Formats: sequence, structure tokens, C-alpha cells
Amino acid sequence: MSTPLYAKAHRTITEIKGPLVFLQNVSDVRYGERVTLVDSAGHRKSGQVLEVGEDLVVVQVFEGSDGLDKKGTAVFFSGDVVKLGLSEDMLGRVFDGSGNPRDGLGDVLPETERPITGSPLNPVCRQQPFEFIETGISAIDLMNTLVKGQKLPIFTGAGLPANRVAVQIARQVIRQSKEELIVVFAGMGITSREYSYFYKEFQDSGALANSVLFLNLADDPTIERILTPRLALTTAEYFAFDKGRDVLVILTDMLNYANALREISSAREEIPGRRGYPGYLYTDLATNYERAGIIKGQKGSVTQLPIVTMPNDDITHPVIDLTGYITEGQIILSRDLDRRGIYPPINPLPSLSRLMNLGIGKGKTREDHRQLQDQLYALYAQGKEIEKLTAIIGSAGLGTTERQILRFTERFEREFINQGEQPRTIQESLNLGWELLSEVSRSELRRVEDKYIDQYLPKKAAAAPS
Amino acid sequence: MIIGKISRISGPVVNARGMEGIKIRDLVRVGELGLVGEVIEVKGDQISIQVYEETDGLRVGEPVKSDGKPFLAELGPGLLGMIYDGIQRPLEVIRDQTGAFIARGASGDPLHRGKRWHFVPTVKVGEPVAHGDVIGWVQETPAIRHKILVPEGVAGKIVKIKEGDYTVEEPVAELDTGQKIFMKQLWPIRRPRPIAQKITAGVPLITGQRIFDVFFPVTKGGSAIVPGPFGSGKTVTQQALAKWSDADIVVYIGCGERGNEMTEVLTEFPHLEDPRTGQPLMNRTVLIANTSNMPVAARETSIYTGITIAEYYRDMGYDVALMADSTSRWAEALREISGRLEEMPGEEGYPPYLASRIAEFYERAGRVICLGSDKRQGSVTVIGAVSPPGGDFSEPVTQNSLRIAGAFWGLDARLAYSRHFPAINWLTSYSLYLDALQDWYKREIGPDFIQMRQELLEILQKEDELKKIVQLVGRESLSEPDKLLLDIARTVRDDFLRQNAFHEVDAYCPLKKQYYMMQAILAFYKTCQGLLGKIPYEEILKLPGWEQLSKMRYVPNDQTESYFPGFIRELSAASMTKEVVA
Ligand SMILES: Nc1ncnc2c1ncn2[C@@H]1O[C@H](COP(=O)(O)OP(=O)(O)O)[C@@H](O)[C@H]1O
Ligand SMILES: [Mg+2]
Repeated sequence: MSTPLYAKAHRTITEIKGPLVFLQNVSDVRYGERVTLVDSAGHRKSGQVLEVGEDLVVVQVFEGSDGLDKKGTAVFFSGDVVKLGLSEDMLGRVFDGSGNPRDGLGDVLPETERPITGSPLNPVCRQQPFEFIETGISAIDLMNTLVKGQKLPIFTGAGLPANRVAVQIARQVIRQSKEELIVVFAGMGITSREYSYFYKEFQDSGALANSVLFLNLADDPTIERILTPRLALTTAEYFAFDKGRDVLVILTDMLNYANALREISSAREEIPGRRGYPGYLYTDLATNYERAGIIKGQKGSVTQLPIVTMPNDDITHPVIDLTGYITEGQIILSRDLDRRGIYPPINPLPSLSRLMNLGIGKGKTREDHRQLQDQLYALYAQGKEIEKLTAIIGSAGLGTTERQILRFTERFEREFINQGEQPRTIQESLNLGWELLSEVSRSELRRVEDKYIDQYLPKKAAAAPS
Repeated sequence: MIIGKISRISGPVVNARGMEGIKIRDLVRVGELGLVGEVIEVKGDQISIQVYEETDGLRVGEPVKSDGKPFLAELGPGLLGMIYDGIQRPLEVIRDQTGAFIARGASGDPLHRGKRWHFVPTVKVGEPVAHGDVIGWVQETPAIRHKILVPEGVAGKIVKIKEGDYTVEEPVAELDTGQKIFMKQLWPIRRPRPIAQKITAGVPLITGQRIFDVFFPVTKGGSAIVPGPFGSGKTVTQQALAKWSDADIVVYIGCGERGNEMTEVLTEFPHLEDPRTGQPLMNRTVLIANTSNMPVAARETSIYTGITIAEYYRDMGYDVALMADSTSRWAEALREISGRLEEMPGEEGYPPYLASRIAEFYERAGRVICLGSDKRQGSVTVIGAVSPPGGDFSEPVTQNSLRIAGAFWGLDARLAYSRHFPAINWLTSYSLYLDALQDWYKREIGPDFIQMRQELLEILQKEDELKKIVQLVGRESLSEPDKLLLDIARTVRDDFLRQNAFHEVDAYCPLKKQYYMMQAILAFYKTCQGLLGKIPYEEILKLPGWEQLSKMRYVPNDQTESYFPGFIRELSAASMTKEVVA
């Protein structure tokens, strides 16, 4: 994303405040225009025009304004909005949060260029998602199915293994697709430990060759994080809709992205909304998350798996809340499961895949999938209720049915959810689900039709008197 | 033509100067690309414009033009089955111009210019007509006759009118005043369309959803809000209403929500049947799609575009239902634009006029006597989804909507988590229309309809109290009548209130079936009460009635009359007791 310095240098900075630079006496500036700033020591930074008036231009500096001085800094306006050069050679490459190579392998020769803000996909051109993606994780595949073209975030808490889950999914779907699918990974504000982990995992599993990584580390400029997901999504759209590839985009951590947005907003002294986030946070997040989907009559798809940390495990935190309002469901990691050593610690109860129905059933996964999911969900929910109740009034008063459900619940967590890194096929997940159902008497299986019980419930249990 | 220059650009808000004579709400074309915008503030020489397209790349000094007219919706035959963005650009035409991704500067006529409609006059030469009179119709879809109305400011004697095929821009009638009447008419969307009189409505909008039709009905011409946290079922509810309610016309506004949800409507509606006419649902539907990633200023406008179209069909004498998903996104668009104007913020950053804007919008609902000599009646029912941050109903949009709307359908995250759908909280929701509708239900469905509704509600209220006791001391310490009440309450919840929007039978429940289902539950309750003390409670729980009740919602709707009377007899005391005692 380097800009040729053909333009005139402006040295009319009046104020520098946080990530913002204010200039005077500049004409012909475009809203959203890409800007290069060179300080007196010759260091270059990039920025973007946030506001233009007749005698005022506000520029946000992606690399932060540290080191810039009013007098010595020259500002160059590129005449164009922020764009990203794109090419198939980006596969296997690692870029920083502004789109510059960070793997030392030199620049990529772009085949085309696109504004990184993207354009809204016309609703009449969208294809409703319909294709099941096998992540190999039962708690997702069976309970909250991911569908090609969906945006399904993982809500996690500090210290919970969301990144490990994400890497596991990335590895699995690439393998599953016989390397047809590619992963575009955007890391915003990730630690260098996380960075090494991602890089190593991608490299060791061979996934790197089918991936493009954009990484903004924790000690990289925070404002750059505004760019990073947009770069990733622009790249994903290029591979999906120019090249017909299925693309999985992992964005981690969107909380850091939102915090960068908040920083700019407060530097601009905008009226803060909830917890200091700007009032346009919803719209801003939506312009990123909505860049997922399938185009009717075209090959290729963009599936998004954003990871968002819930500060204090608070699901009503604005960034989480608004993400949930925009995305097509959510996978929620549970501290309780994690503490008990269950991995992946996915809590199926508050998790939801809104597009699940479109991707499952006969010819896609299996005919009994919907009802089996319903039944497992209902029993597990019931089991958790009974656990709560026994915590108050003790287990002495429990009936047989309740004891059976408790046993089911225990196994559901220990065996079904707690599968570790070993992938399961959807058939294996479904069969395991039925196996667990044999813990309860047949008359409790009210959400599955008799014909499925007859066909799928393991026989020894089915024969037992109910 | 008024021409000025851009003086400042800040996101969706652009300032311009040098536009003498421009008025607030005038439509403008901004910059070299001619982006569409609307004047929202005039301050001396400076005006503020909300721009309906992305402003990236605009420069200070680029031209701004206006012909001094407000944004006008185009009304006429051909609206049905269309999908528009917030400023009534037909999205299919936009696709043909710019491809799968919406590019800026695209434009398209809302009504097809070339299409000819067969116009049939209903007035003759010599007859005097005035604003609101029907002068003829065209068959817009097999089920809908599109009435051609005399527009505002037009009155006189007909001197020319003739049956024939016309485009929307050809005059279908001429008056002695020299005025011509066209099928295409224009209306400024922010101004409610005039009516003769609002009247109180005594007819429910039948939705086929048990929780609404029985517990919390809305009248034709009423308004309801559906607030709820994400994932609680706002959109599924709105879509169910759009599919199944007995309105003549449905206007569905996807306001700042997901693109895939609009695609879902577009994919499903052409293949679903309108339960009353047998026509494809799409034939009675107008879609407005301004999804969350489309420009925020056009999102603000989408609500007005939608309700203007709804009023237009109301004025023909139709019952129109309008769904807005979600009004919160509209309010947020207001807030965003207000912020860019640097207005003094009110509660939670919303502009101080939020309450009045919400009230003005819901006030456009109503059952009315239309303008025109035939005194026909029409209605607009408004159902607004509300998306409160964190699911907290104390926030301004919910609270301000609550004050105006006549029905409150509160979605509950806990119910949604337990997969009880629709997740409407039956204890906190309400309808203020019940009194007005009592007579209708008694007359049209059954004299005991309201009585039974009351009994079911009381069972659920009692259950709520008992559950608190159970949490303290456990179920075993309850008396048998109380245990029975809990079990019957569960049946009311699971087998009556729960309704699966995705089940081919259960998705729509005819009112008569709802009535029978209530009867069945109450009959069985009475039977069980009669058995208390005669047989052990465990035995009562083994009665086949429980399971039968849990399946009754799947009884095919066209077998309602053949199945239920016998079923209810079976559940009633005599036969059930005999079986058990035997
Ligand atoms: N009436 C219903 N029947 C069955 N499932 C429902 C119903 N209402 C909601 N759901 C489930 O809840 C999910 C979320 O509903 P949705 O209407 O999209 O929520 P919201 O608009 O409030 O975010 C749906 O994807 C569906 O799985
Ligand atoms: Mg919704």
C-alpha cells in the first residue's frame, strides 16, 4: 500500500491530537483520501482524511502521531481513497496491519486494486447460504452448524482458548475442502505470543500456503486496526468473487478493532455512546460483518468467523451486543466448561447458528439432524436446570427420569463437547449424539420422531423397558 | 435550479453554501457524481445535507444542485412485488446497472415506465371529482385492484376518460380545469397522506400466531412493538406476520439489518401462498431493503418511504400491514446524523426530538375513512421491531415506542435460550386493544373465546407464583391441585403458546383451531380436576390426554372441523374417566 510521492507537500499542520492531525490551507482534498506523512527525520506514516472543510482537514494517522511535529511534518495527499493491491500471489504471505509485507519476501505485484471499504452487496444478488461446512467440532457441526457464506462469531473471555478453536477450525476446513478453501486471517492487537502460535500452527499444518495473514500486533499502532479487517475482507472478496474460491475469514479480536474506533472518536470529541464507543459503532461493525455471503449464480463465498472477547465475560458489552445483532448467530465459550478442563469449551445453550436449518438435513448432513439437535439441546438444558435445583434442594428428591437426564448431561459435557483436537465427521457426531440419548428412557425423547428413534437409537438401549 | 458548492464533508453529512432559496427537506444532488441527498438544516448561508450514498472521494468545492423540491415517493401500479432501497431505487434495476455490488450514482425509476396497464374507468365524463375520489382501476395483481385516485390539488369535472392500456406517465383522465390525472403520482414521504377521519378499529389483524391472536391481539389499524435482544425472534416474528397475517397488502422494511434476511424474504415469498387468495405472497408485498451496510442516511429515510407506500394502498381502501425491522436502527441513523450536525444530544446521545419522531411515525398507523366521496375505509397496521442494547428495555427507543404503540410483545432472552418460540413473555406483554375486540371475537369465533383466554392467562399467572414456591421447597410439597395446575400450565406453554415458525403445519394456525385448542386444554384440565383424589396423581399423569394435547398443533389445518369436536369430547370427563377406572 505504498503511495508515490508525486503530490505537493503541505506543511500547514495546526494541531496534533492523539491519532489526529489537523491541517489548514489545503484545497482539493477528498473525503476518505489516502495520505502520507513524512516527519522531519524522514519517517513515513500513512493516514486517511476523516473530515474536510473549507479551511480544515482532519487526518487520522494509522501508525499513530508519535514523532510527528507541527512544523517539520510534510503531508502528501494521494488524490485517491485508500486501496489495496490484490493478487493471487498473496497466498502464503504475511502482511502487517496496513498491508505491507511482514515476512520479508518483498512486495506483491498487484493484479488489481480495490478501495478497502468495499461496497454493499445488493440483496437481490445474494444467494441464501445453503452448504454445510464441516469444522470437525461436534458442538458446532451438530449443535450450531456453520454454513458457507455465514458470519458466525466466537464470543470468548480473557484466557479462554478462542484462538486455538479458530486455528483448529481453519486447519480442518482447509483439509476438508481438499485445499480448495482458503483462509484469510486478520489479527488485530494480538500479542507476539499469539502471533508465534498462529504462525507456527499455520506453517506446521501446511495451512499457510492456502492462507493470507494480516497481522497487527499488540505493540503495533492501534489506529492501524481500523484498516486490518478491511484489508482482510477486501482480499477475501477478491479471492471469492474474482477467483471463485471459498474463503474463510478469521478476524481476531474485534474488541481491539472497536477500541481503536473508540480512540479516534474520543480524539475527535464526538459524543460518546455506551461505554465511550461512538454512536456509529453498529453501522461501522456492520459494514465489516456484512461482507460475507454468496453471490447468486457465481462461484465462491466469504464466510466469517470473527472472534470477540467479552470484557469481564459480559455478554451485554456493547461490542459483543452489537456483533450479536449483526452476525448470524454466535458460538459462546464458557469459563465454567474451561475450568473443568473441557475443550473446546463451547456452551451450546446460548450459542446459536441462525442459518443452520439451511445447511442441514437429508442430502446435506442427515435427515435426523434437526430433531436430534433439538432433543440434545432440550435434554442438556433440562439437565443444567436440574443441576441448579439439586444445588439448592439436594439430590435426595430426584426421580429416575431426572437422574437419567443428569447422567446424560454429564456425558454430554465429558464426551460430546470435550472432544479435544481430534476432528469428528458429522456422521460420528450424530451417532455419538444418539448414543448419549440412550441414557434416558425412550418416553423422554419427545423431540424426535419414532422413525428416527427406531433407526438411530442404539439397539440395546431401545430394547430396554422404558 | 439552485446551485452551490460543498464546503465540508463529514461522513454522511455534507455542508454546502451559496444555495439561496433552498428549504429544509429539499432534495439535492451532491458532487460530480450527483449523489442523492436531502437538506436537513439551513443556517444562514450554510446548509447541511444528509447524503444517501457513501461520500468517499468527494471534495470541497464540488457542485451541489437542487430544483427546490422535497424527496418524493413514486406511487402507482407496479409497486407490488418490488424491492427498493431506502430512497425507493429499485434494487433489480440497480443490479442491472452496477452488478452485484451497489455502486454510487446508480439510479432507476421506481415504477416501470414502459409497462402498459389496462385502465378501467369507474366515473363518466361530466362527473365532478375531487381529491381522493376513485376514477378507475387497473388489475395490478390477480388479487389486487389498484384504484386510481384523484391527487391532491386536483378537482373538477371529467371531460375525458377512456378504458384502455396506459403507461404510468400517460394521462388516463382530463378535467375541465385542464388538469390531467396520471397513474403515477408523487408524494413527499415525510408528510402523512391526508384522510377524512380516523376511526376506532374493532377488527383484529389475524396473524395465525396463537400468542398474538389469543393473548395480545392488534387491531387492523393498530400498532405493536416487538422489542427483544438479539436472537430472541424479532425477525422470525416479523416475517411470520408478513407471511400469515390477513392484510391485503404488506410493506416489509428491512431497516439496517442483515442482507441475508432480505434475500430470505425474496427467495421464499414468491413460492409461498397468501393464505387468503392463494396467490404468491410476493404479489401482495412491497419490500424496502436498506441493510446495515447500506448508507445510513437512506436507512433513516426507508421508514418514511415504506409508510408512504402503505398509506397509499390504505387510501384505496385496503388493509395494509407494515413491518419495520428494526426501528432501533432507524433511531440510530437519526442519532448518527444528529451527531454529525453537532446537535445537543439527549438521552443516550439520541437527539431530543427522538420521542416526537417515533410518535409521528406510529401515528401514521390507523383505521381511517379515506378521502373521497365513497367513504371507503382502509387501515395501516404498524409492527415495529425494537433492538434494545443489551436487551435492556429501559432504553429510550423502547420506552418512547412503548408510550405510543397499542400492543407490546416483549421478547425474552430466557425463553429464547430455552428454545420456547415465539419467545414472547406472556406475563409482561400486553394489548390495549382487547376491549375493542371482545365483541368481534365473541361474535365471529365463539361466545366463550374471551373467557377461555382469561382462564389460560390465569393458569400461567398462578404458575408463576407456584414456581417461586417450588424453587424454595421443591415440587413434592405442593398440593395435588397445585401440581395439576403446574402440569396444565406446562401444556399451555408447550402445546399452545409455543409455535414453530418453520413447521409446515404449525407455522400458521387458523383462528378456529386456536379456539378449539383452548377448549381442548380446558376440557382436559377439568377432567383431571375431577379425578383428583379419586386416583393417585401419578395415574393422572399417565392419561393419554397429555400426549394427545402435545400433538394437536400438528393436526392439519383443513382437518380442524373434522378432528377437534370429537377430540374435545374424548378429553371431556365421561369417556376419559371410564377408561382410567376400567
Ligand atoms: N417462532 C419461531 N419458531 C422457531 N424458531 C424460532 C422462532 N423464532 C425465533 N426462532 C429461532 O431464533 C433464531 C433467532 O431469531 P431472529 O428472529 O433472527 O432473532 P432476532 O431478530 O431477535 O435477532 C432463529 O434463527 C430461529 O432459530
Ligand atoms: Mg433480527
